[in-house]
Amino acid sequence: MESLSRRHFLGTLSLASFGWWTSRALAGAERLSAGPSRPKSLIILWLDGGPSQLETFDPHPGTTIGGPGKAVATSLAGAQFSELLPRLAEEASSLSVIRSMVSAEGDHARGRYFLKTGYRPNPSVAYPSLGSICASELPEAEGALPPYITFMSGREALGGGDLGETYDPFRVWDPIHPPQDVVRRVAPGRMNRRLRSLELIDGNVRRGRRSREALALRREQFDNALALMDSPQLDAFKIEEEPARTREAYGETPFGRSCLAARRLVESGARAVEVKLGGWDTHANNFDLHKPLCESLDAGFSSLLRDLRERDMLDSTLVLCAGEFGRTPKINGLDGRDHWPKGFSVAMAGGGIRPGQVIGATDPEGTKSPTDPVQVSDLFATVLTALAIDPAVEFVTRDGRPIRLSEGTPLERLLAT
Amino acid sequence: MTRQRQLYLSILLAVALVAGWIVLDATAKHPADTWSHERTAAAEIAGLLHVEWEDRSLNPARRVDDLLLARRVSLALVGTVPSLEDIRLIQSWPEETRLRQWTDRLLADRRFADYFAERLARAMVQSREGKPFFVFRRRRFVAWLADQLSQRRPYDELVRDVIASEGLWTDRPAVNYVTGNEQSPNRLASRTVRAFLGLRIDCAECHDHPFADWKQDDFRGLAGFFGNTKVGFFGVRESGTEYRIEDPDEKEGLLVTPSVPYAPELLPSQGRTRERLAAWTTHPDNPYFVKAFVNRVWALLMGKALVEPVDDLESALGNEDVLSALADEFRASGHDLHELIHVIVSLPTFAASSALSEDVTLDQEEAWAAFPMTRLRPEQIAQSLQQIRSLHTVDEESAFVTKFVFWDETRKFVHRYGDVLDEEELTPRGTNLPQRLFLMNGRETDKATEGGLFNGPGRVAILAPDDETAVDIAYLCCLTREPTEAEREHFVEILSDTHDKSRQRAIEDLYWALVNSMEFSWNH
Repeated sequence: MESLSRRHFLGTLSLASFGWWTSRALAGAERLSAGPSRPKSLIILWLDGGPSQLETFDPHPGTTIGGPGKAVATSLAGAQFSELLPRLAEEASSLSVIRSMVSAEGDHARGRYFLKTGYRPNPSVAYPSLGSICASELPEAEGALPPYITFMSGREALGGGDLGETYDPFRVWDPIHPPQDVVRRVAPGRMNRRLRSLELIDGNVRRGRRSREALALRREQFDNALALMDSPQLDAFKIEEEPARTREAYGETPFGRSCLAARRLVESGARAVEVKLGGWDTHANNFDLHKPLCESLDAGFSSLLRDLRERDMLDSTLVLCAGEFGRTPKINGLDGRDHWPKGFSVAMAGGGIRPGQVIGATDPEGTKSPTDPVQVSDLFATVLTALAIDPAVEFVTRDGRPIRLSEGTPLERLLAT
Repeated sequence: MTRQRQLYLSILLAVALVAGWIVLDATAKHPADTWSHERTAAAEIAGLLHVEWEDRSLNPARRVDDLLLARRVSLALVGTVPSLEDIRLIQSWPEETRLRQWTDRLLADRRFADYFAERLARAMVQSREGKPFFVFRRRRFVAWLADQLSQRRPYDELVRDVIASEGLWTDRPAVNYVTGNEQSPNRLASRTVRAFLGLRIDCAECHDHPFADWKQDDFRGLAGFFGNTKVGFFGVRESGTEYRIEDPDEKEGLLVTPSVPYAPELLPSQGRTRERLAAWTTHPDNPYFVKAFVNRVWALLMGKALVEPVDDLESALGNEDVLSALADEFRASGHDLHELIHVIVSLPTFAASSALSEDVTLDQEEAWAAFPMTRLRPEQIAQSLQQIRSLHTVDEESAFVTKFVFWDETRKFVHRYGDVLDEEELTPRGTNLPQRLFLMNGRETDKATEGGLFNGPGRVAILAPDDETAVDIAYLCCLTREPTEAEREHFVEILSDTHDKSRQRAIEDLYWALVNSMEFSWNH
């Protein structure tokens, strides 16, 4: 529980028995610095279901595997994007793309686990998700914000695993609605009376219990919960405060709104945010289904990049766009593409990633393995290193085994100097 | 006259015979007799625990009172806190038989069969949400399992049915073990050793096991037992076809012969493939079968497995003698779950306080000299939150509407709070921030603690004759204990001079504090 010692609560633990819960509410409201000196943050754009590389970052127009779609040129050397991503193509100079990701998992649940934790599922270890690793290892989120926030994700977001439930995600749905359960149901005075009574009842458990850790965590949690309930930072969820033009640019979709809220949250001091865009599992009708999905992705992702750059936050914010695998080069009888973990694309930008890099190339015939294949563990090591987190740091599993945050090797080409 | 006398005599004789039979039968089945057997078993295991404590110079934690004991039994067997009605009933029994009577009563309650079946099913079949067909089959499977538990079917027989059954999923619900694992030989292989033997062989699916002795061939051999099982129009059936798996060197695929990873002498040479595997798994000489189950039941009752993790006996350390003794006892009882439960709840650990005599060491808890403190599972918190809305027990006897609301609200709560699925069931977890906020501000907490004539808190506010009684009842309903002097004083003061609306609000506040307390959401 070394990570806890960094946290504020030890300081507040010694305060008188009640009143400890208001300590954080007022912190973090001030405007944060911009530029590269800003602490790093991570935004994951999670494309759930497995997006087609051919209809996104790795088109092969005019080939048998290419499908009906066309490609557009980008400023990246030798790289085209699908015509379904025109605005991202314009922002390409901020991006780097790996087109040769290889995974060993072709099942949704297992593939998702692999791409979200950097490890294949193993029943003896609960690996933490990338967002939870950042929540634990990056500098603490400012003010009262939860360390890891997800939009549009259910259980598939995965959580803190063996790092502990402290790093589980704070789940929010479409930011068109305010986050759930952060509004107290009774007036502040009555809430304080309730809390005083609670303190008295809990006093009985505290006597003689070994569970100091659980009790300390519990206090910290009430502290965090109450701080969040009172925090002006909750305004970061209010995308309605943004000008109509901005909202339009991000797109009036759950994904667009979530990207905008993610930017607002990072600006307000959040460290790890994930936005999910589901529906990519296009076993049938791949081309029609990719159109609206790419439209959402294109608007949200490109606006996010431009916004972050204009606010001088791109150097400190790593944006990672990935799904659990790609889709088969071969087009099946239903005009669909099936699961394909043997050569798919991941795009990233900002936050310590060197822009303008294109790694690997897939076979235009769809039969040979990609050049410069990149393992999932290496992707993880790269992202962690870019965020100044040492992949060699170990955590301890429940049965006492030390495990590295990532066992991969960072790709030097992708790291900004 | 004589005829009449004869009639009288024969009636008398009949009455005497019946009475004698009743008396004799009652003596034969008198609880004291079966208890004495269980008590001996419990005493033997308690002896082992005491030796361990003496060796390590540990003082066992003090014994808790009967109400806390009853709360532990209720949470373990039916997944909810006792109602006020339950508490009054328990208090009416003689002290020395309370634990026994309460355990017996709950074991006979259909809620026990349903609740335990769901817990056991989580180790056996997947609980994928959102696939309707899957959900129906799973439900059939759990209902069947619950029937077996309520009929007190021996555990080894039950498992043989689960592994080996053939037929339609409606007609022979046990076959949904196969469909509930997507009839995948690999899944079924790892599931079978994990659920029934407490072993993890999954890693050997792709490579040789890094920590234990499993080889990839062991895994393939096990999967082979499910290789010829097909699901078709006539349900789950074994067909004569060979089981072949992809292999780079074999064009037609590699032929796999069913084989077991250890103790091949226990595997019958004759019979259907899955029947042979079932016989091997449940064989009295298979060292893991019974241990895995008693360890799992221990975990369900105590909140923490005797040897952890519950499905990895190979790498588990410690408490080997207690586990073996309990396993022997279970085998001797004819694999009777009820008796196993009676033995475990009679152990000094189950009645020990979770508060330690020294606040400086975890040794007491490690050696089971204290009751482990664990967070309640989501369904336990959800059901308890529903139970406190009524002063009476919500069970089979309750009105349909009451039962429906209980079920529906529990379901909603668990969905929002986050269920723990499949094999993660017994992995200890703490509360995370969204769960904390949900308990503090969520709609479900609000509904459980709101006033009004048809809700527990509201009835307490209206019907309790005085403030002290109101506070006492709230404590009994939520925490299954009476308030301490300080607590009673604190809340009576808050309640004094409240009327109608303000009284309702004060009681709501009391319930809110109780529900958000650590005691409510932890097993302690």
